Amino acid sequence: MKIGAPKETFEGEARVAITPASARDLQKLGYDVAIESGAGAASGFPDAAYQAAGVEIIPSAAALWKAVDVVVKVRPPTETEAERLSKGQTLISFVYPATNGAILKIAEAKGANVIAMDMVPRISRAQKMDALSSMANLAGYRAVIEAAANFGRFFTGQVTAAGKVPPAKVLVVGAGVAGLAAIGAAVSLGAVVHAFDVRPEVAEQIESMGASFVFLEFEPTQDGAATGGYAAPQSEEFRQKQLAKFRELAPEMDIVITTALIPNRPAPKLWTADMVALMKQGSVIVDLAAERGGNCELTVPDQRVVTDNGVIVIGYTDFPSRMASQASSLYATNIRHMIADLTPGKDGRIVHNMEDDVIRGATVTFEGAITWPPPPPKVQAIAAARPKEKPKEPTPEEKRARELALFRRQTRDQVGLIAMGGILVLLAGFFAPPSFMQHFIVFVLAVFVGFQVIWNVSHSLHTPLMSVTNAISSIIILGALMQIGSGSYLVILLAALSVFMAGINIVGGFMVTRRMLAMFQKS
Amino acid sequence: MDHGFTTAAYVVAGVLFILSLGGLSGQESAKRAVWYGIAGMALAILATLVGPGAGNWPVSVILIGMGGAIGWTVAQRVQMTEMPQLVAAMHSLVGLAAVLIGFNAEYEMVRIAGMLRGAGIAACDPLQSAIACAGAAGQGGLFDGLTGFALKVAGKYAAEITVLKIEVFLGVFIGAVTFTGSVIAYGKLAGKVNTKAIKLPGGHLLNAAAAAGSVVLLALYLGGAGSWTLIVMSLLAFFIGYHLIMGIGGADMPVVVSMLNSYSGWAAAAIGFSLSNDLLIVVGALVGSSGAILSYIMCKAMNRSFVSVILGGFGNTTGPAQEIAGEQIAIDAEGVAAALNDAESIIIVPGYGMAVAQAQQSVSELTRKLRAKGKNVRFAIHPVAGRLPGHMNVLLAEAKVPYDIVLEMDEINQDFPETDVVIVIGSNDIVNPAAQEDPNSPIAGMPVLEVWKAKQVIVSKRGQGTGYSGIENPLFYRENTRMFYGDAKKSLDALLPLID
Repeated sequence: MKIGAPKETFEGEARVAITPASARDLQKLGYDVAIESGAGAASGFPDAAYQAAGVEIIPSAAALWKAVDVVVKVRPPTETEAERLSKGQTLISFVYPATNGAILKIAEAKGANVIAMDMVPRISRAQKMDALSSMANLAGYRAVIEAAANFGRFFTGQVTAAGKVPPAKVLVVGAGVAGLAAIGAAVSLGAVVHAFDVRPEVAEQIESMGASFVFLEFEPTQDGAATGGYAAPQSEEFRQKQLAKFRELAPEMDIVITTALIPNRPAPKLWTADMVALMKQGSVIVDLAAERGGNCELTVPDQRVVTDNGVIVIGYTDFPSRMASQASSLYATNIRHMIADLTPGKDGRIVHNMEDDVIRGATVTFEGAITWPPPPPKVQAIAAARPKEKPKEPTPEEKRARELALFRRQTRDQVGLIAMGGILVLLAGFFAPPSFMQHFIVFVLAVFVGFQVIWNVSHSLHTPLMSVTNAISSIIILGALMQIGSGSYLVILLAALSVFMAGINIVGGFMVTRRMLAMFQKS
Repeated sequence: MDHGFTTAAYVVAGVLFILSLGGLSGQESAKRAVWYGIAGMALAILATLVGPGAGNWPVSVILIGMGGAIGWTVAQRVQMTEMPQLVAAMHSLVGLAAVLIGFNAEYEMVRIAGMLRGAGIAACDPLQSAIACAGAAGQGGLFDGLTGFALKVAGKYAAEITVLKIEVFLGVFIGAVTFTGSVIAYGKLAGKVNTKAIKLPGGHLLNAAAAAGSVVLLALYLGGAGSWTLIVMSLLAFFIGYHLIMGIGGADMPVVVSMLNSYSGWAAAAIGFSLSNDLLIVVGALVGSSGAILSYIMCKAMNRSFVSVILGGFGNTTGPAQEIAGEQIAIDAEGVAAALNDAESIIIVPGYGMAVAQAQQSVSELTRKLRAKGKNVRFAIHPVAGRLPGHMNVLLAEAKVPYDIVLEMDEINQDFPETDVVIVIGSNDIVNPAAQEDPNSPIAGMPVLEVWKAKQVIVSKRGQGTGYSGIENPLFYRENTRMFYGDAKKSLDALLPLID
């Protein structure tokens, strides 16, 4: 089958769904690969690079849509593009089915199978095709870079001969993938970073990135883990508390990066106009939710706005496109993983397995029917957080008492064992002849010595120990040697055989042990 | 020479043997310890050869020489990965020798009794020895022709003969179990016998029946039923040894080998009793107790009781195993090389797979390269890794990995969270997090190496199947685990040139 990527038609979109590197991997899965001429130019992959990777270049979009069995894309298809779908054709791209109902209807009517990269369930198995995360990662990083470019000061605090520079204070709202990436970038630039999220369980992740968690006093009413790791809409009461906290923080913050999104809803308004008014002149707000209406009330999508009090509000929606080469590589890899999962036989044939949680979750139309929204996945994305119990630290008295009890028990055990052993030996002494008892005493002592000696043998020398004891156990040769002098030929024969075998064992055992020990060396 | 010299030599030999075992507490003193053992053995043999009771010494010397030559050749040729088989095979020799010597003792007893009867002496006083009895009957010269062991037997009175019979019986029994058991263990370790736990229909009942039969035979034997009881009992014991070890899976082999080691010692001790030889008793007891302790240590490392190992197979699970989410993610040599080049601290966890693939040299080369780059490379050895106690240590030593970077589980387990990369080479159960997390797992509670706490885990494994024990390993599905499929040696050889 053939996979093709058309040139993106969306204004300002520079990404492409297949890179020369991913094309090679797709070919390994057994597919032919094609792209529309110039599809990769904006992200720095000229047609020649694709040709070098064995990719067919198709001059027009219409011809490409006709020629391939699987279309891969970045942006959701436009209506024109959706009309080009044919029965049985597969389309893989971002779809946003909640807002693109019309596209779904067309795809349904055409009988095409559409897989939405934005609907990939958030389970660990599907992470490698989670394009939202890989794009969000880029966006978070870029947001900090844009903020830095628009911010008139250093991020890091410095004390120089020319004066003291305070560090920039950054607030990141929403600690999803984008938020965490932004925290990482801002921290590594030297800023003091605070971060907020409605899900208290991400506090640990925030702190692991080097930011401090803005703590909100509130009884959690629901478990964020139940919604597949995404934030859920909050109660009005909670919202008011949250806004009050932001108002408190607003005058101090130099940079605010908002990344709060709730699946399939417009972005929540978290940074109101009055908070912007409280901020210092020259502060920067980067609103990563601009495409979905923005977290900041003053955000204008795709625009850089300067407010009356000199605060810069950045509402760009094309952060990934601003790093098109990187974004394309990551997205193409996500696509490639998705196709690999669709190709279990690695034979270049799509097997659209609707039983598979990940594929089922991402499929929005299948064989002439809309299959969105999907049933909840069988596997929970994140285990519900369990309260941790701290082991109680024993007090010194308890410790001493325990040690004493242990010592007493050991003493009791030992004394018991000795007494029992003593009684057994005495019993044997009553009945056995004295000649036996002499040997028996020797035997018991030898066992005891053996126990005492072997406990100290180092673990790594257990194999040499075994081979040396094996060699030593051929001491049984003494028995054979004592019998070989007998007058009977049968006895001599059997004894001779024993001497012979024990001889093998003695030399073999010691030699092997020596060989082994000679190998042990210090560095 | 007189008896005093032999006894004195035996005392010295016994001390040398104890020093030899005690010397194994450290790598450096161990090299000296072997020589103590060799000296002790040489002294013991020499003293016996020149001492009373021995004869035919030219034959003995020739036979020892021949056996020694064979032992020497085998010891020189054997590969370190074949060490478990070799040890098991040598145990079988000791077991068989014990059986033969036991038979000899029985034969001598029958001969003395026959001589008494032949001389027309029907009944003896139970408190008199055969010699005294013959003397009392006026035939004092009857046993004059006897030498060595036969003379000793003739000097025993009735109660002593009974004890002697028990000793012989025990010696033969343990020797026979050791012999067939070791042969089967050898076959399993060498891959010549199916390593799965196999039981005949009837299972442990068969063993129990054979053991009970042996007890009945002992009673008959003491009652004077004749030598056939001893022979039938040996056959039963042969069967027990065979069936017992056939029923134990390959993963339990370290315990089995050290257990057989212990048995061979007890057999020697029992024979020592029957021959009234103190050195045999001392050394047999040393070997027996050392094997028993080793078995105990192994069992403890697997959190299983000795009985459950001997009775074979893993215990039954108490419920369904936890479901494992996620998938195994593969990685290629370039990926592993990149991870290793970036890592500061690396821990390598070798298992039986490394021995099978003969990959220890490649592992050593990898270690050398990584250490040359200033990385902290260490080895973590689980007590039951491999098929012999301490198996991995020997293989790594053979490949010239310095022993001071080879650490045991308890020494290194707390270091995993600070480790960048862990490479697991051909081990499975000993790194299975299910042992700690899934109470229904068959290996629940077994102490394991906590490799999953490291930042990244790379597992070198032949394929996707479950390991030796057939237990699913959630480690392979962890997010920080990458699977490096392929034969361990080939994988590592592909990796080596990529480490710059």
